[in-house]
Amino acid sequence: MTPEVSDYRKQEESITLERLDHDPATGISSDLLTLNIGPHHPATHGVLRLIVTLEGEIVRDIKPVIGYVHTGIEKTAEQKAYWKVIPVIERMDYLSYYFNAMAYCGSVETLTGVEVPKRAQYLRVIHMELNRIMSHMVWLGTSALDLGAMSMFWYCFRERETILDLFEMSSGQRMHTRYFQVGGVMEDIPLGFEKKLRQFLKTMPSRADKFADLLENNEIVLQRLRGTCPLSEERLLDLGVTGPLLRAAGNPWDLRKTAPYSSYEDFNFKIPVGTVGDNYDRYRVRHAELYESVKIIEQALDGLPEGPYITEDRKYALPPRHELATSMEALIHHFKLVTEGFRVAEGEAYYPIESPRGELGCFIRSDGSSKPARVHMRDPSFVNLQATAEMCTDTYIADLIATLAMLDPVLGGIDR
Amino acid sequence: MTPILATVNYSEPWWIQIIKALVIFAVGLQLIPLVLLAERKMLGRFQGRYGPNRVGPFGVMQPLADIIKLATKESFRPRTSVGFIFMAAPAISIITAVATLAIVPFGNTVDIFGTKVGLYGVDPSIGILYAFAFGGIAFYGLMLGGWASGSKYSFLGAMRSAAQLISYEISQGLALVGVVMLAGSLSLTEIVDAQATQGWFIVPQIVGFVVFLVAGFAETNRAPFDLPEADAELVGGYITEYGGGGFTSFFFAEYLNVIVVSAITVTVYLGGWLLPFGWHTPGLAMPFIVIGKTCLLIFLFIWVRATLPRLRYDQLMSLGWKILLPIATINTLATAVMVVT
Amino acid sequence: MPDATGLELIAGEIRDSAPGAVISTKHDRGRAEIEITPESVHPVVAMLKERGYTFLASLHGLDYWPDEPRLGVIYELLDMKTVDRISVKTRVTVENPTVASVIDLWSGADHPEREVFDMFGVVFEGHPDLRRILMPEDYEGHPQRRDFPVGGEEVIFTYNEKTMPGWTE
Repeated sequence: MTPEVSDYRKQEESITLERLDHDPATGISSDLLTLNIGPHHPATHGVLRLIVTLEGEIVRDIKPVIGYVHTGIEKTAEQKAYWKVIPVIERMDYLSYYFNAMAYCGSVETLTGVEVPKRAQYLRVIHMELNRIMSHMVWLGTSALDLGAMSMFWYCFRERETILDLFEMSSGQRMHTRYFQVGGVMEDIPLGFEKKLRQFLKTMPSRADKFADLLENNEIVLQRLRGTCPLSEERLLDLGVTGPLLRAAGNPWDLRKTAPYSSYEDFNFKIPVGTVGDNYDRYRVRHAELYESVKIIEQALDGLPEGPYITEDRKYALPPRHELATSMEALIHHFKLVTEGFRVAEGEAYYPIESPRGELGCFIRSDGSSKPARVHMRDPSFVNLQATAEMCTDTYIADLIATLAMLDPVLGGIDR
Repeated sequence: MTPILATVNYSEPWWIQIIKALVIFAVGLQLIPLVLLAERKMLGRFQGRYGPNRVGPFGVMQPLADIIKLATKESFRPRTSVGFIFMAAPAISIITAVATLAIVPFGNTVDIFGTKVGLYGVDPSIGILYAFAFGGIAFYGLMLGGWASGSKYSFLGAMRSAAQLISYEISQGLALVGVVMLAGSLSLTEIVDAQATQGWFIVPQIVGFVVFLVAGFAETNRAPFDLPEADAELVGGYITEYGGGGFTSFFFAEYLNVIVVSAITVTVYLGGWLLPFGWHTPGLAMPFIVIGKTCLLIFLFIWVRATLPRLRYDQLMSLGWKILLPIATINTLATAVMVVT
Repeated sequence: MPDATGLELIAGEIRDSAPGAVISTKHDRGRAEIEITPESVHPVVAMLKERGYTFLASLHGLDYWPDEPRLGVIYELLDMKTVDRISVKTRVTVENPTVASVIDLWSGADHPEREVFDMFGVVFEGHPDLRRILMPEDYEGHPQRRDFPVGGEEVIFTYNEKTMPGWTE
């Protein structure tokens, strides 16, 4: 029994070839091959599905189909008290969990007006920049693997391991750490963290140099990346693309500089930009960001102020354990927070931050109860994915894979 | 009268030939697990990890475990595949690889217990052509396998392998013409003998050597020319739909091809069983010298795989036709001028 | 974001060009928001784009259940030159959930509009390819609406898989 073809299917499988139809020389209609790349494919970084129409080796049309890991996180978040949402929201873009938590906490802090202590802000910056390096490491490793340079994968994951060890030290978890809280961070960094971090900061730039030596002095890599699949700044802005992809096209838009949050204005760092916006620029921009992140962490670590690591406002942060035995107030606050959670006055907030992939915005509508009435994440991968078709039409299938790698989409973030 | 196409320089009694064939087949096939293990161990070291170290001491039993796993797998085929060709393709692949192994000379004729034995399967006077003939047939295995799978990924892989093998076979052949002119023979043993007097051919034929080696990488579908099976693009290319026995055959054929290409390079350019500096080679040590030199080249194959990314299809083609072919042609012409004058 | 006065100025401009479009303005906790009628979305957003808010940072929907009109669509606009954000909100009813698509202004509105359609059932008129994006194509209902039950989906196990929709022998 074959099910009837629905309108949806027809629409999904429709290909747009008007561009080519008026070219009588090609006469391609008979030589097209529709290839279904994904959802299970080694190079789609998750479960992205691309319906690709090929003419020989050349891609003529791309239709991305997403939703295979849609887990309804935004809906789930509406059922949970504000502080219980954090672990759920971290699992969206599973490579930049600190950023997810930061966008969400920042949004809640805007709504509640909680002051975040300076030390907590610096600790957040340290962890976010470590996370950025970690995310770029995964990107670099998997992209090189997609190009066929398999050793890079292990070299990059070695650095990633070190960062995950650091995360484990500070929060007890390697991924999805739930380290950021509304009003600060969960715990102060432990003894020995700084030493290990400084050691990492010392080795990381030299490691990044070595990655560059291996990739940028290689003629094959240069041929594969240079001049492939460029897209102009205007088109990228029209498509809503942000982050390293936009910076590769020459637009120095970075929310850390333009609209600093969490004390980013205290640090001295540069925004790497590209020139033409091809795959090589995309690679170079992200690679240069590794060094800048290291610089930011160094400055944050040097200037780490003393003080509390979470707000003293007991309405929003759990009181310290020892107070529970002595203070009635503390016990009440603890009970209130753990059972109901804190209430947030009615209002709406949109809090954008710069994630490794672009503008990550968290929109929260509060209806006055202890649960958010709407949580929406503007995930950069979700928006950036729209540029794939425009970048990759009329290129080789190998370039499609390379460009997909350079887009760095994380399907957990796209499908949420 | 039928003209004689080829002659055999020396042939032993029939029973020695059978024993020889069995020994070479067994040794050749035993080399594959070793190469597999060496590759995985070395890739591990290149990549800052251990490689297999669980099965047996230092993981030496890992290939055996792999083979048992592959051999006991269910043999399945897609509904859209063309059954007979689908099953025949891996066989073609491995038969041609084993057949090419027959002409690799592991040594000259030596006396064993008073019997003169040639340390090779067979030594036809057209050895190099024989190798190319089977190299040409080998690509039918890939192409038919990819086509008969009835899968689009396999089909694309098959198309790529067809284009790739044809374009690189030409450069490879032209690169060898220089050697043939210097040696004045197509027989592989005579080419080695010529190197005893003229010196190793890598010196006068360094350009040809490089072209031959690059084309050899492409012939064996190894990185950076592994486009027919490009795992990131085509999942597995022509082997996408194969599992169990079929996959094992393709897998073994690939590694056997690596060994054969290395061994032929050793024979043709690196003096075969000759030792450098004119040292005398004792008769029965010859196979070990050949295998030792072959291992060095296999190491090069593994090293390149760990380092280089994959080329794009059009870049692969332009490298073959626009760079390697002209270089090989000029090399041939220059050698011809040298030989004549 | 513009300060309260700046927001009023922008709202005044909108009122001048499209009378009756602005329902209210709100300046709250650092967020400048203009609520407009659904009919005037396209001209107002186009006017704001002309005015310098050239980047559509985000487009998302929300549900004000049990208030009416229930469904909201929010356009987060961004002026990259002055780093200025403004939110444009419109509210539509469940019975007539139509808003004009802004895909002709920003090609990047494609995925977000499809997501809002998928999750809330807001129909964007003029969108060339409006279909579900995250949920399966045969899914019924719009799961992000507030009255959509949580946990209402039956989970597939071996014992009940044959009774589930979509099971084919």
